[in-house]
Amino acid sequence: MARVLLPDSFSAVTGDVRELVSRALTYRELTTELQNRWPQLTELIARSAVAIDGQIYQDAFLEPLKNDSEVVFMARIEGG
Amino acid sequence: MAEAVNYKQIGSSPIRPDGVDKVTGRARFGADLILPNMIHGRVLRSPHAHARITRIDVSAALAMDGVFAAICGKDFQDIHDASAVGGEGGGTVEDAAKNVMARDKVLYHGHAVAAVAASNPLLAEAALEAIEVEYEILSPVLDLVSAMADDAVLVDETNYTKGPKKADKPSNVANVGRLARGDLAAGFAQADITIEREYKVPMAHQGYIEPHACVANIDETGRGSVWCCTQGHFEFRGITAKILGKDMSDLKFIASEIGGGFGGKTVVYLEPLAVLLSEKSGRPVKMTMTREDVFRATGPTSATVAKIKLGVRNDGKITAADAWIAFEAGAFAGAPHMPGIMTMFAPYDIEHFAVEGFDVLLNKPKVAAYRAPGAPQAMHAMECALDEAALALAMDPIDIRMVNAAEEGTQAPYGPKFPIIGFKACLEAAKVHPNYLKPVPQGAGRGVAAGFWFNVGMQSSAEININEDGSVMVIEGSPDIGGSRASMSIMAAETLGVDYHSVRVQVGDTESTGFCNVTGGSRTTFATGMAVTQACEDVIAECKKRAAMTWGVDDDQVEWADGEVIPVPGVNADLKPLSLADIAGNAAKTGGPLQGRASINAQGAGASFAVNITDMAVDRETGKVDVLSFTAIQDAGTAIHPAYVEGQMQGGAAQGLGWALNEEYIFNAEGIMENAGFLDYRIPVASDLPMIDTQIIEVPNPSHPYGVRGVGETPIVAPLATASNAVSRALGQRVCDLPLSPPRLLNAIDG
Repeated sequence: MARVLLPDSFSAVTGDVRELVSRALTYRELTTELQNRWPQLTELIARSAVAIDGQIYQDAFLEPLKNDSEVVFMARIEGG
Repeated sequence: MAEAVNYKQIGSSPIRPDGVDKVTGRARFGADLILPNMIHGRVLRSPHAHARITRIDVSAALAMDGVFAAICGKDFQDIHDASAVGGEGGGTVEDAAKNVMARDKVLYHGHAVAAVAASNPLLAEAALEAIEVEYEILSPVLDLVSAMADDAVLVDETNYTKGPKKADKPSNVANVGRLARGDLAAGFAQADITIEREYKVPMAHQGYIEPHACVANIDETGRGSVWCCTQGHFEFRGITAKILGKDMSDLKFIASEIGGGFGGKTVVYLEPLAVLLSEKSGRPVKMTMTREDVFRATGPTSATVAKIKLGVRNDGKITAADAWIAFEAGAFAGAPHMPGIMTMFAPYDIEHFAVEGFDVLLNKPKVAAYRAPGAPQAMHAMECALDEAALALAMDPIDIRMVNAAEEGTQAPYGPKFPIIGFKACLEAAKVHPNYLKPVPQGAGRGVAAGFWFNVGMQSSAEININEDGSVMVIEGSPDIGGSRASMSIMAAETLGVDYHSVRVQVGDTESTGFCNVTGGSRTTFATGMAVTQACEDVIAECKKRAAMTWGVDDDQVEWADGEVIPVPGVNADLKPLSLADIAGNAAKTGGPLQGRASINAQGAGASFAVNITDMAVDRETGKVDVLSFTAIQDAGTAIHPAYVEGQMQGGAAQGLGWALNEEYIFNAEGIMENAGFLDYRIPVASDLPMIDTQIIEVPNPSHPYGVRGVGETPIVAPLATASNAVSRALGQRVCDLPLSPPRLLNAIDG
């Protein structure tokens, strides 16, 4: 199962849950699962980037997740 | 991934294709376009930093002979769009609209309140004087820390600190970010020493040489073209259309040549005004900023206050780090507080840390992105504190960084594990660099610091057309700021196996190529280069198909090698290889013109690290700093065009040194910038700096076909702390605040 790390900015919605595991096979399945559990996360997820196994995605969508994937939500970065 | 070996074109440094035009003056920049019947726009700017507009009347200006249009806030639609504008510090569409033209309140000195278009610039200036504006002056919010207090005067009474739940009362704090891991108390308990300091970095401008300029030519249907200097004409089109309530297809944006941007030209200022003035007047309208306008109303980057506490063991290992950093956002939210806190500890493997960042409104110009937004200020605090720890432990400053250095598999403070990175390689190179091995000059101090930037990918498009003679035309949509036409040509030539000089690259307008995000975030060589490479591969696939058709063999019986299609081993050995020119020359018979294309959202940008070394001497009578030497070492991934990589490293170092040594916005008590010109806002000139020595470290990024990481942002990060550390060591006392200007250093010397 994928290991999912949630940033501090999610904690007002997720409380003490900062880390969880998921059987989701894709990023979309994972975000659907998170939004079903915490509907208020929808906007925060939309404003976030995500790192899947160290690869940072600004606009992830259908990216596959492996059994041992690590998924980390983080702030979006653009730069100058 | 292609290994960094046996490239024929990658790693060469040909002259840039736009070079001759630029040195001969033929290149056309933002202000160079002249159209028939063109008139000239000017902006009336607020004389107050914080005031309510109680009355505004442009009718007297409009009544003047030769004045064709006059506009103010009420000529713009009301916008309630909280979606984000692209770029760090872009803020929301609503804020961008109010920054372009004030509505009921002015939020900084220089905020636009009205604009006119007249037959000549002098008449336009005179028309501005005829505009009547009455203000109710309010107290300006100018001090960063005071602005965060509960009882502070509010810049925006409707601003509540953003969060999932609405705050109880409005505040000047727009956003708060926090990163933490481990147990701070346990970490500090393991420390042998602690370093605790507060650091300040001033507001500074990107300092591009070309002021903002544009020409809009809108017809009676509300459609037309905008020619402008921009880092991203697609995103300029998008935000201009949103501000004015137009369809994006109503506007064609054409990027002129650009005289520097550094993040500051990711933001629209003049373009919506020029479009509206042109639409109202029925004539083309040119608008240009003065240098004073540029300082007062564009850019800058955030001033910061940072507090940091480091716990360090006697062997140099950081056991805990606790930091707090506030960023000035200016008049609208959008300071780079998140990248700031994400970069502060990024080079290091720290088990216990916490860092909090704040995005704070003040009555100052709204900040814009500036190379590695947020990182120079945040890492200044960390790198200075680490230098002080090294001094306290009598450790070499490179050794203490090596003890703590992140490497492949280290969990970055912002979350993910690093893939392969080059920080340790940079430190190793620094340790044996001749400029580090030589003795520190008598009376000088040697400073060392590290820098980091994530780099990004984002969206890019490219099309390749193969001409009948086999020469190559590349069309892409990333404005060329740092020589990207040369690097695109090199990657196309390498992929297609043709000579560099047979490739031409054109930056297409918004109607002639697919969407590209801004040239920023060190993304262009990475992402647009990836699109160009994929478009070339599209051409190669088509060439193989055409060759198989020509030879009457199956598609899988041919392959591409060194710019030619050849039969695979075992297939008719008498077949003569077909070059790109052969296939293009016969294209009419095999299916028509050869074309390749790619539109991508590039993923897998590779982080870039740097280590800087400098020797600096301080004149104890005048406080003047002499930069005796400066060495920039950076992991660029594969250097496509090494000379331009070095140029980015040298340019970033020069800008960082300017920020460290002299540059700062100086506001009076009314919030008016008192040094809005290059005589008083002192950027470095050639005589101020030595030749910046560079060493490119190439740890290829496995996610890019040629190993590109991105280069442009990281070089500005480390110079601030490098300079602080050198000056502090030269003086024998820690100087925490920037700039390290003569008055500040004389104060420090005099105690």
